[in-house]
Amino acid sequence: MLKINDLHASVEEKEILKGINLEVNAGEVHAIMGPNGSGKSTLAAVIAGKEEFEVTKGNVVLDGEDLEDDAPEDRAHKGVFLSFQYPVEIPGVSVTNFMKTAINESRKAKGLEDMPANQMLKLIREKAELLEIDRKFLSRSLNEGFSGGEKKRNEIFQMAMLEPKLAILDETDSGLDIDALRIVANGVNKLKSKDNAVIVITHYQRLLEYIVPDFVHVLHNGKIVKSGGKELALELEAKGYDWIKQEATV
Amino acid sequence: MDLKDKLISSFMAFENNVDIDHPVHDVRTEAMKNFEQKGFPSKKEEAWKYTSLNSLQKIDFSIFPKGNSTLDYKDVKKYFIHDIDTYKIVFVDGVFSSHLSETTHDGVDICLMSSALTKPMYKQIIDVYFNKVASRDESLTTLNTAFSREGAYIYIPKNKMPKKPVEIVHFATGNEASLMLQPRNLIVVEENAELQIIERHQSLTKNEVLTNCVTEIFAAKSANIDYYKVQNDAATASLIDNTYINQKSKSFVNVHTFSFGGKLTRNNLNFYQNGEYMDSTMKGITILGERQHVDHHTLVHHIEPNCESHQDYKGIYGENSTGVFNGKIIVDKVAQKTNAFQQNNNILISDKATINTKPQLEIFADDVKCSHGCTIGQLDEDAMFYLQSRGIPEKEARALLMYAFANNVLESVRIPELKARINKLIANKLGVNMGFDL
Repeated sequence: MLKINDLHASVEEKEILKGINLEVNAGEVHAIMGPNGSGKSTLAAVIAGKEEFEVTKGNVVLDGEDLEDDAPEDRAHKGVFLSFQYPVEIPGVSVTNFMKTAINESRKAKGLEDMPANQMLKLIREKAELLEIDRKFLSRSLNEGFSGGEKKRNEIFQMAMLEPKLAILDETDSGLDIDALRIVANGVNKLKSKDNAVIVITHYQRLLEYIVPDFVHVLHNGKIVKSGGKELALELEAKGYDWIKQEATV
Repeated sequence: MDLKDKLISSFMAFENNVDIDHPVHDVRTEAMKNFEQKGFPSKKEEAWKYTSLNSLQKIDFSIFPKGNSTLDYKDVKKYFIHDIDTYKIVFVDGVFSSHLSETTHDGVDICLMSSALTKPMYKQIIDVYFNKVASRDESLTTLNTAFSREGAYIYIPKNKMPKKPVEIVHFATGNEASLMLQPRNLIVVEENAELQIIERHQSLTKNEVLTNCVTEIFAAKSANIDYYKVQNDAATASLIDNTYINQKSKSFVNVHTFSFGGKLTRNNLNFYQNGEYMDSTMKGITILGERQHVDHHTLVHHIEPNCESHQDYKGIYGENSTGVFNGKIIVDKVAQKTNAFQQNNNILISDKATINTKPQLEIFADDVKCSHGCTIGQLDEDAMFYLQSRGIPEKEARALLMYAFANNVLESVRIPELKARINKLIANKLGVNMGFDL
């Protein structure tokens, strides 16, 4: 589904990704771990098409199509979803209206009519329930005054609404207490199918107890320096990242 | 002949020959003397540093329109808040249009300045209020006073509240190649009475229009006034709006100014707080493009203790548009415990757009809370990416963010149909259809 080939990306002439290779197939969950500043969030943003980053070499291919010239909205229409580490507050635009706009813009891009209002409402209720989101919450301004946990839950709610092919969860566990973490993870697990894939970016192993990865990759200094199964996450949790750094420099 | 000379000779011809017995003849003559001496303000004056009236003065405006134009309601319906019932005071090329209007004398007076200025039954009110808060010194205000003949006259007696909002609408039909209008409004809201007003100036063709409007507002003790100015005029229409508000104790006066169109718009909004425990609120949303220019000059004079003022102006400037915000707050020495807040936030969405923003605080009391803040920025790129990553295209994402930026100004609009209309105007101005009311 997703193929990343020798990806190099820079911001303001500083190279952050230094040759990433990664293949993600439908039905798989990949975890990307690594110390702070290793390039995890940059990788997520580059896949989603953030313009601030310049791809200097290599490419990102989704279903055989190079995404290079696609704006973030085009990538979203093709099924890429990024759950933000720091979701942005948009006062005056309710969660519901925001979702309606996002869904209908995606439909428009596919040549479909707007979703009928009653169908939209039903979908919103169903997905809100999945994330244990109160109905009052949906009429609040997007992310404005939300707690850290509410913001993350709202991100996964959006994911549930948009039903992406490839979901990238960027530090979705940060700022979550254990109950919120369980709700979020449960939501992600229910959305998982043989046709979609998830990339979980995290610093800690905690989230991976709930969203169990098929593969774990360790990112260090802009490169994937180690890949393995889910047991690699446990090893990292026990030993920290230092041994990886040493191994990488050898 | 330049515009000043033309105005002077028109005044002499009319006032000194035709209207010499008019009750306000002396007031007009006095005002004309002031204008004659001062003329139009120039950019050399601090208050007009960023707004030039030079090119307008070169236009050969008609001063006294022929006034035989008529309009059908169906052709101008869209300029009214037509989904609710309102009183209407409507002028076509400066002349009152009875068939477009709905005035009343049922417990309140919502009618015409021309009647108020001439009929004996209004004399007492005119003597007490007419030209009492408007400046007798500022040249454009005195120019309006000299030509004051027509406009809206509203008198709300003690404890009364009109059944519905009042719309004051001025249409320019284009029957004159270029037209100068000088409406004069007087609004008196007595103790514990309430009033909602929506004011609009609308040119219907590409002919040049210059409106120099003066509105005097008196809010007695515990009066409550909401005034909405909708400025979305044609690209060849200019407006100089001079609004003077005299407030008494415990009164609330809110003025919202929505500036989305017009060639040149100057808003001089002046509040004088003559009493205690009152609140003056000024809010504005400005969204400009092309070569449009809007200049907001506000003044709040805190004269007595324990009062509040709130100012919140949001501006979005695109293309070659220019904006000015100058917010002056004066707190007199005796006006202790004053709370005065002022905020002006701007977004420039074009490299060629300009905004000049300046707070001007003159505080002579020592126990006050005054805050002011001006910001000028661009749209937040992280927020843009967030919206786009959800599949919302760039243009719509920009519009959503601009809407979010201006939104809190709309929250205090108390007429839902007007709020919906402003939302639509914003969506139009931003060139989007969001699929929901913004």
